[in-house]
Amino acid sequence: MTTLLQVSGLTKRFGGLTAVREAGFTVAAGEVTGLLGPNGSGKTTMMNLISGNLKPDAGTVRLVGKDITGRRPHLIARGGIARTFQLVRVINDMTARENVVAGLAFRDRPLWGQAAANEADRLLERVGLGGRAEAQAAELTYVDQKRLELARALALSPRLLLLDEWLAGLNASELDGGIALIRSLSQEGVTVLMVEHVMSAIRQLCERCVVMNAGAIVAEGETTAVMSDPAVIAAYLGEEDD
Amino acid sequence: MTARPALVIAAGAAVFAALALVPFVADGYGMSLAIAIANYAILATAWALFSGPTRYISLATVAFFGVGAYTVAVLGEVLPWPIVVLAAAVNGTLLAFVVGLSTLRLAGIYFVIFSFGLTELIRQVVTWYEVKVTNTVGRYVFLDTDQSMIYWQLLGLAAILYLTGYLIGRSRLGFALRVIGGDETVARHVGIDTTRAKLMLFVLSALFMTLTGAIMAPRWTYIDPAIAFNPQISFQTVIMALLGGVQRLWGPLLGVIPLTLLFDWLNANFPNHYLLILGIVFMLIVYLLPQGVAGAIGKLSRSRTKPEPETDRKAHSAEARP
Repeated sequence: MTTLLQVSGLTKRFGGLTAVREAGFTVAAGEVTGLLGPNGSGKTTMMNLISGNLKPDAGTVRLVGKDITGRRPHLIARGGIARTFQLVRVINDMTARENVVAGLAFRDRPLWGQAAANEADRLLERVGLGGRAEAQAAELTYVDQKRLELARALALSPRLLLLDEWLAGLNASELDGGIALIRSLSQEGVTVLMVEHVMSAIRQLCERCVVMNAGAIVAEGETTAVMSDPAVIAAYLGEEDD
Repeated sequence: MTARPALVIAAGAAVFAALALVPFVADGYGMSLAIAIANYAILATAWALFSGPTRYISLATVAFFGVGAYTVAVLGEVLPWPIVVLAAAVNGTLLAFVVGLSTLRLAGIYFVIFSFGLTELIRQVVTWYEVKVTNTVGRYVFLDTDQSMIYWQLLGLAAILYLTGYLIGRSRLGFALRVIGGDETVARHVGIDTTRAKLMLFVLSALFMTLTGAIMAPRWTYIDPAIAFNPQISFQTVIMALLGGVQRLWGPLLGVIPLTLLFDWLNANFPNHYLLILGIVFMLIVYLLPQGVAGAIGKLSRSRTKPEPETDRKAHSAEARP
């Protein structure tokens, strides 16, 4: 199993608060890895550090062995790490197609013009938004905006897809559809690192899990093993509410 | 809906050819209005070229305009005209690079204030230099030109600007700017070098403003820093662009024509209350027409009913950031 992402000794401080403390873990190529932990444990900060939105104070992030620590986000995106956002972010005054073209036009091997439009439509179809290409992003429902965000991330042809609570706020049937979609992406070979609170989704999707608490990694391993780890139960599962 | 590029460019060329005939029919007053409209059409359109998609409100217009005018005042009588224009372009571009690199990391109100403060700084520096080093308070600009020549040059510059704006609007760079305006964080995470894209458009926009100042300088005959760097030019540019609408290339023009006529009339009839009225007009425009005339037209023509966005559910997935 090749290691796609390797995080080691990663530390990020905001003033007096250490949001991420000497954190280290790996993501294997082709797997779905869950990043878990209670609210405020540093998961989103971790996503921001990996994607370049924040610069770490110490430690390294490696993508297929290459040091990408502290590189600017657009270079990391072109290097193969795509992300969605905890609070859904689409370009409201653009159409769904234009939103996806945004992911195609500036990647490592960019697409533009008719080729980009065709590929955007294919990706919209892929996430279940076929026929909605001309709709303004602002007019889409919440779940469709989440799908659109995913299509834009996939447009980068990422080696690693970071999903920050992509399943949050979906109703039961939307959740099933969302889980099936992530699973099918995984089967196509996309490597996923997902922050998630929905336990059923984690059990169904994640081969491995990394658990954070108060900025530190408290457990890492196979999902079933991690779930029964006393440290995890103490830190996290005790607070489960779904 | 989207017309073929060749058709659009041909139509534009025909319009500009017709406008080139204005000096043959207009009297002195007509020419002065035509020049004022052409002047602000370039300034407001160039301003919207950068500020429209990015939504960065710049009050630095007159910094570039003034640098163009001053370059002409200093070099106009010693060098041939094309070289003078070139020198103005170089000065404006260099200044825009420095200003852009130092300000484009600022967002929102900080950028507005900084761009305004910077213009004042440049004016003070020029004033200081003229008084202390060259021992002048102002300069005469005697160039062998007339209203028609100034008008034709402005018209030519406007044609280049519209063509440039049209091509950028269809390019990846123009699209990148729209993504940046929509959500700068998203822009970075889809691989857009946001600093570079903003800087390129900022410099390009400033270049057109500088050239406008250079072309307009001979019209004044006498300039000093207070005239060349008059902040009112920056304010009027913003007001006109916002009234017309900055989301379309032709939008600012819809604000330039009525407001140039209105300001001309106000200046003639209420010279003492002019600034006060200007401020009120600005507030009314922002309040009543936030998308400008072009935006209002677009809204009318696109009268589709929108489904209610599910904002309540979006709030549910909020998590306090660590």
